Amino acid sequence: MRVLVLWCPDWSVVAALRDAQRSPAEPAAVLASGVVEVCNAAARSEGVRRGHRRRDAQARCPELVLLEASPDRDARHFEPVLETVEALRPGVAALRPGLLAVRAPGRWFGGEANAAAVLAETLVEAGVRDCRLGVADDLFTAEQAARRAGMQECELVPEGGSATYLRGLPVEVLEIDGAEGREAASLLRRLGLRTLGDLAGLPVDAVQGRFGRYGVRIWLRARGEETTRMAPREPAPDLTAEVTFEPALDSVEAVCFSVRRTAERLVTDLASGQLVATGVRIEAEHDGAVASARTWLHPRHFSARDLVDRVHWQLQGSSGLRSRQEAGRVRAPVERVRFVPEVVEPAAAHSEGLWGGSGEELVERGVARVQAMVGFDAVTRPVLQGGRGPAQRQGAVPWGERATGLRPLDRPWPGRLPGPAPCRVFADPLAAEVHDDLGRAVAVTERGVVTGEPTRFHLDGGWQPVVAWAGPWPVDESWWSEGGGRSSHFQVVGADGRAWLLVCGPTGWRVEAGYD
Amino acid sequence: VTLDTVTPPLDAFEHVFEHGRMTLSPALDPARPVLEQLRDRVTAMEGGPTRLPVPVLPELGDLVQLRTGGSYGVDSASLALALAAGASRAGEWVGFAGWPDFGAEAAVGLGVDLARTVLVPEAGEHWLEVTAALVDVLRVVVLRPPARVDARSAGVLDARLRKRSAVLVVWGDWPGCEARLSLEERRWTGPDHGHGRLRERHARIAVRRGSAPAVRADVAFPGVSAALSLRSVAPGTERPAWRASG
Repeated sequence: MRVLVLWCPDWSVVAALRDAQRSPAEPAAVLASGVVEVCNAAARSEGVRRGHRRRDAQARCPELVLLEASPDRDARHFEPVLETVEALRPGVAALRPGLLAVRAPGRWFGGEANAAAVLAETLVEAGVRDCRLGVADDLFTAEQAARRAGMQECELVPEGGSATYLRGLPVEVLEIDGAEGREAASLLRRLGLRTLGDLAGLPVDAVQGRFGRYGVRIWLRARGEETTRMAPREPAPDLTAEVTFEPALDSVEAVCFSVRRTAERLVTDLASGQLVATGVRIEAEHDGAVASARTWLHPRHFSARDLVDRVHWQLQGSSGLRSRQEAGRVRAPVERVRFVPEVVEPAAAHSEGLWGGSGEELVERGVARVQAMVGFDAVTRPVLQGGRGPAQRQGAVPWGERATGLRPLDRPWPGRLPGPAPCRVFADPLAAEVHDDLGRAVAVTERGVVTGEPTRFHLDGGWQPVVAWAGPWPVDESWWSEGGGRSSHFQVVGADGRAWLLVCGPTGWRVEAGYD
Repeated sequence: VTLDTVTPPLDAFEHVFEHGRMTLSPALDPARPVLEQLRDRVTAMEGGPTRLPVPVLPELGDLVQLRTGGSYGVDSASLALALAAGASRAGEWVGFAGWPDFGAEAAVGLGVDLARTVLVPEAGEHWLEVTAALVDVLRVVVLRPPARVDARSAGVLDARLRKRSAVLVVWGDWPGCEARLSLEERRWTGPDHGHGRLRERHARIAVRRGSAPAVRADVAFPGVSAALSLRSVAPGTERPAWRASG
């Protein structure tokens, strides 16, 4: 069996630069515990080497981009490469981020050289500029060949030629095995064995006696006799489910009724693979084009009924409240509905306890009925988040969605209002007026001084006298954006004992919150 | 004459949500004997008078008892939150309908668990049906009716409350409230002609049941967390001596 190995040099640096959205041509190094682990060609040309400390590396190359090591990130960025190769040739084995092996494609591409050329071209199109390929009888030789190939080129080792190819290589190539390999290479060098050919020429008992089991492995490798062991991964099954309507349907109810079977099939298919979907993209096609697409996240996982609900909400449009007459109409007739599971997780992570869940299931069903009445985003789950004003310190997540992008609560948020939290927080502040004892409107000067003592104020109900007031607390924020700028907060207690949080801004007085 | 012709036709509103079952398994109230609570539940399952008590904040326990199937009126947001907080703290689901200016932080301060809270900020023209649907699945529903409601619609909702073992708290007018809670003599400490800030609120809660004299108690909503503490209970109409405190 012939093996093709694809090697992307310095993959950690490539992935880290890509993650940081920087140019791949910049000199860069990935550090692990303060020591250069990997650096790219640009950095090497400036004299940066593996094992340099941070300061030494920066001294050699001041413009060096320093990046933290993150194996997860490397693997994440390597995934698209795996998929690109998989599209051409299934059965890809990811050896480590930056290195993959696949059974060498033969006649289909018109020979190994052509296959490698096609692969390199596809990868360059996909944005992987530095890729090197090697083809040989066994994994080790193929990897060595790939490491010796030029950029975007392929080194072919002819059938049965592994031993000949490896003979001239220095023993330092064993260092790719890590600490064990480095130790063995150093020892071999001190014993006077400088090439793999020297090692291959020794009798096997002597190697085993001196180097143990690892010695036998490298001896077999050096002779090109190591049996290839690859664990090719299974391509992810295509889980997309779709249903076509002939003729196209123009009512939400009809569409929802018709997608039920498909939704059930999707959930059953997933369940047969012990999987559940927690994020699904729903696409509705009209006239051959996708008319509406949206990704829905589920706080737990999607059941068939949940999927049908999401189709309902999506087609109905999430424009808040609407009257019953127009609720059932679709903007354009729907020809096809497609479910694309985007986040699929093992079912075991989501299974319920032996004794069943609490009343939550029922609550979700009941709330889904309310959503069907008033619209998907008209039912919310209140959440707390970090911020300064009362309105910024809370948020509303549509029911059935996961909260994303919330500001952290555990930060100090300097400048936030102390004291009791208001029971009423107006998302859109109401207009108000505040007058002093001469009937003039109260304002705050540029230096933060109140022009008069507030004696009465006007909310939507009418005028009432001020019993007590506190402030002003000047705030100067978001001056760079529309609506920001200098404003002052006041707390005002009315004659009825209700207190209000008022803001005096450039556009006048507003009520932000009420202590009711 | 067959039975069908005798039975009056059901109001459409009454059977919109008639797909469900008697669902709730209320959390046990640690303050009461377990046996007594289980007996109540068995009575409820047998179709007897289903008036299970719903937990309230311990500070309010002497003043008002929430029982399933009842509707209770309040006149301020903090009282509405406080009534819902007891059940929420005991592990029940609560909902707020028609409350666009919901103060989440104050709700948490009074003891509402936001993880088990449903908020419908604008219930729109179907607010009565939305409330009925929430009553089906939640233990306590707080409603701010956007319009006056007639006694008949309120009666339909009351029937739903009894059937589903839920409690309705109405911030505003509602016909046939079991009890009405209002805040009197509200007073803030802290602000003084521009100095200081709002620190603590003192008020008197008045609970009125039917035509009986009001039961009053002084409460304070102290400090940062807007939590509630009871100062003194004054039975009857007799005015208690104001206990001054800072």
